[in-house]
Amino acid sequence: MIKCVDLKKSYGDNEVLKGISFDIAEGQIFGLLGPSGAGKTTLIKILTGQLEYDSGTVTVLGKDPGMLSGDDKKKFGIMMDNFGLYERFSCGENLAVFADLYSVPESRIKEILDKVGLTNAYKRPASDLSKGMRARLQLARAFMYSPKIIFLDEPTSGLDPQTMKAIHRIILEKKAEGCTIFLTTHNMEEAAELCDNIILINEGKIVEQGRPEEICRRYDHHKRIRMHLSDGEDKEFERGESAAEQICELLKNGVVETIHSTEPTLESVFLELTGRDLEEER
Amino acid sequence: MHNMIVIIKKQLRDTFKNKTILIQFIMFPLMSVVMENAITLNDMPENFFTRLFAVMYIGMAPLTAAAAVISEEKEKNTLRVLMMADISPRQYLCGIGIYIWTLCMAGAAVMSINLPSSKRLFFMTVMAAGFVISIVAGACIGIFSRNQMMATSLQIPCMMVLSFAPMLSMFNESIKKISAVFYTQQLKLIFDGMSFDGITASSVMILCANALICVILFLLAYRRKGLE
Repeated sequence: MIKCVDLKKSYGDNEVLKGISFDIAEGQIFGLLGPSGAGKTTLIKILTGQLEYDSGTVTVLGKDPGMLSGDDKKKFGIMMDNFGLYERFSCGENLAVFADLYSVPESRIKEILDKVGLTNAYKRPASDLSKGMRARLQLARAFMYSPKIIFLDEPTSGLDPQTMKAIHRIILEKKAEGCTIFLTTHNMEEAAELCDNIILINEGKIVEQGRPEEICRRYDHHKRIRMHLSDGEDKEFERGESAAEQICELLKNGVVETIHSTEPTLESVFLELTGRDLEEER
Repeated sequence: MHNMIVIIKKQLRDTFKNKTILIQFIMFPLMSVVMENAITLNDMPENFFTRLFAVMYIGMAPLTAAAAVISEEKEKNTLRVLMMADISPRQYLCGIGIYIWTLCMAGAAVMSINLPSSKRLFFMTVMAAGFVISIVAGACIGIFSRNQMMATSLQIPCMMVLSFAPMLSMFNESIKKISAVFYTQQLKLIFDGMSFDGITASSVMILCANALICVILFLLAYRRKGLE
């Protein structure tokens, strides 16, 4: 569905993307993780044909993004931070512009506003919406035309946990409908929860890629099991045959309150690989 | 065509919510109707206020509306969304141009109520030509400006010169000489004659030169800045 081979892009002397390669299959949620300034938005702009690239090969829907036709672009749903809303228009009117454009029946507007939880805001001007509501309206706009590929640039950045959960639910629904979703985020929990595959980028280079749980397992150097017992004691075991008997005994005795393996989070993998935090601002 | 109609519909919907633009469209037609009917002075030329406000309307409304609409869409990043939704820059600019021209023509039709019916076709034709030049000039400013503030700071001096120079030229010979190079001054002279026969070759040439300059500036601004 989307393929990049050795993609490079520079702004003047500043090389923003330094040979990015990946392949996204149809129906996947693909996550692009990296700190601010890592090149995530530049990559999304290249994939959607908003920006030209310097070298490499990029194909989206089997074509170079620069060669995408109007009909191809109508198969995209894009939610980017820098995509504005018509402030004086109500939520309904904002979507009506695009319903008109895509020749989608007006009834779809109400339906989609229901889906993103903005039913009561149908007549409310976009200028009066909270940040979370604006994000949901942008998401609704991205879904107007039943897109094949959805590009989401930090869709939950700065939102409250409740709105974030609502947006995650919608994204998963779209995946279930067969959409391919390209998601950029610096929230590793979001990536772990939603993505089938991820790439971690730092300073324009891929530092790791794969399934989130595989990546975490790959960097599980300690290979230990931690337990919290009912008497308040914390115990740690090396994974292996000898520990298995002790763990089994404790479980049988019913004294185990919590039990965890020690594989790292994506956050700590990124930290290990780059010495930088994912949330770190440049 | 469908995409242009979407843009026009969107703009029409926005006109009633955007008071600043709405005032631009209705202020001069309303003023000309009111003043033409309320004020009568000795030796006042026939249809004085209609002719005066017509030139000011041409120099002000389409120019500010085009610059404001385009620069706002750029600043708020809604233009980018439209471009990603398969609206080409040509379709967008034509849609905006047709919308402004149509509303201005409606305003001109209101102004023409004051004129004898034999003069209305002439009046509307000249107004139509004037609006086109002003829309192109406004689009230049809108395309060139990164945001609304920059557009305002560019459009105000242009608008002041184009709208007020013809009026001030009635009182000052030097201003009259200088303002002769502007299309609005030539339109004022054409309105003074108030007939197709009264249009001089030099007026037509100056109008064409102004239009050409606006088109060249528009192409340069578009080539340099695009609609980003």
